[in-house]
Amino acid sequence: MDDVIKFDAATYKDLLKHYIKTKSEKSLYEVEKVSKSFIKNNILPEEIVNLHIQALSELYPDLSEDFQHSMNFLLETMISYGLAHQEFQKLREEQLALKSEISVAASMQETLLGTTKPSIEGIDLGVISVPAHQMNGDYHHFVKGKDGSLGIAIADVIGKGIPAALCMSMIKYSMDSYPEETMSPRAILKNLNRVVERNVDPSMFITMFYTHYLPSESKLLYASAGHEPGFYYNAAEETFEEIVTKGLVLGVSRDSDYQQYELKIKENDMVILLTDGVTECRDGDRFIESEEVLDVIKHYAHLPAQEMVDQVYKHFERLQDFQLRDDFTLLVLRKKASE
Amino acid sequence: MKPQSCVNIKKEWDIVGARQLGREIAKKIGFGIVDQARIATAISELARNIYLYAEQGQICFDVIDTMEHKGICVTANDSGPGISDIGQVMQDGYTTSGGLGAGLPGVKRLMDEFDLKSVENKGTQIKTTKWVR
Repeated sequence: MDDVIKFDAATYKDLLKHYIKTKSEKSLYEVEKVSKSFIKNNILPEEIVNLHIQALSELYPDLSEDFQHSMNFLLETMISYGLAHQEFQKLREEQLALKSEISVAASMQETLLGTTKPSIEGIDLGVISVPAHQMNGDYHHFVKGKDGSLGIAIADVIGKGIPAALCMSMIKYSMDSYPEETMSPRAILKNLNRVVERNVDPSMFITMFYTHYLPSESKLLYASAGHEPGFYYNAAEETFEEIVTKGLVLGVSRDSDYQQYELKIKENDMVILLTDGVTECRDGDRFIESEEVLDVIKHYAHLPAQEMVDQVYKHFERLQDFQLRDDFTLLVLRKKASE
Repeated sequence: MKPQSCVNIKKEWDIVGARQLGREIAKKIGFGIVDQARIATAISELARNIYLYAEQGQICFDVIDTMEHKGICVTANDSGPGISDIGQVMQDGYTTSGGLGAGLPGVKRLMDEFDLKSVENKGTQIKTTKWVR
């Protein structure tokens, strides 16, 4: 550090001298480079003022004493800036370390909670899930039954960030332990509710929508634990309908019971499941209306399911200036037209 | 080692007295103006802590002059409430005075050596040294 100062002291003095004589932009540009080298080498502002004092006294040995005192006064005022700068540097390093630690956790979470989109005959599936920050508090899970049926869970932890993400791992492992094919959505939610109620901090709640699709009957069985309502798209009539359900969020009351519903779907009909990160997108300070979500979905409804959810996501990402405020998960199940 | 000179800290004005004595000693030892200013700022922080949290205490100065090196040792003694979580007060970004004080991490940065002893409800001693380069 001292070497840098010595080297720059000479350069600084020459530049200063040249500038005073010529007022040229070139010397200003050169000193900009010196300034960057100071920052790079952690030279503090008081040291720069001192450099200036030395350069001045060499260039103008007869400088008035009052003026010299005034420069010392300036140096004194820089000390706290120097300290604040060092503190800022230190905090920045700590922040980088934290960020890289979280990114390790996030990739571990991805491995833990990973689910593959199964291919089921007669069904076109699309899903996108993007965290607002590094870790995702949304969760979705596919279970392909031996009987050809499909189980889909979509969930959202109320609460964000790392605690929410940790909580989701627990949900996933509880679900993995169920013999899904034999279990109805209602029984799964009832069971998970007990797990959450017993194991999770009372300030944390989880909403979940669970559906079981039976291809042989083109029938959806579903139940919801306070989850953001999804939509049913009737292809023949080109209309959307909210999927209305009742059911308390997971973890509130030990003995919650969940009502199970049924829905028959026809060719090209769609079921759209989402989390509140989709419906609570914001355009500036304004929350969007759920009709707007449906309009966007409709706009891309001619695309295959995966392309469709990707395009819808891109639309809302752009709308929010590429800064998600909440985790965003959108899932579409469409019954294919028979060939 | 020469005899210690101390300044009692009771009122805010005493902070100025401590700075002044410290700066004079630092100047005599041969510190340049940047280091003089840093030592004075460190003294300010230590004295202000006494004034704000312990109500009274002392700032003492020792001149260290050995074969190998010269320096100033600034010691702050108080019989205040003590510091219960030293790790916390030594953390950047932690300050009870609204983020404008440099706090103890600042003192540590301004000086070369730093040592802190504190007993709850008995008091705190902070000993810090800067060497002439």
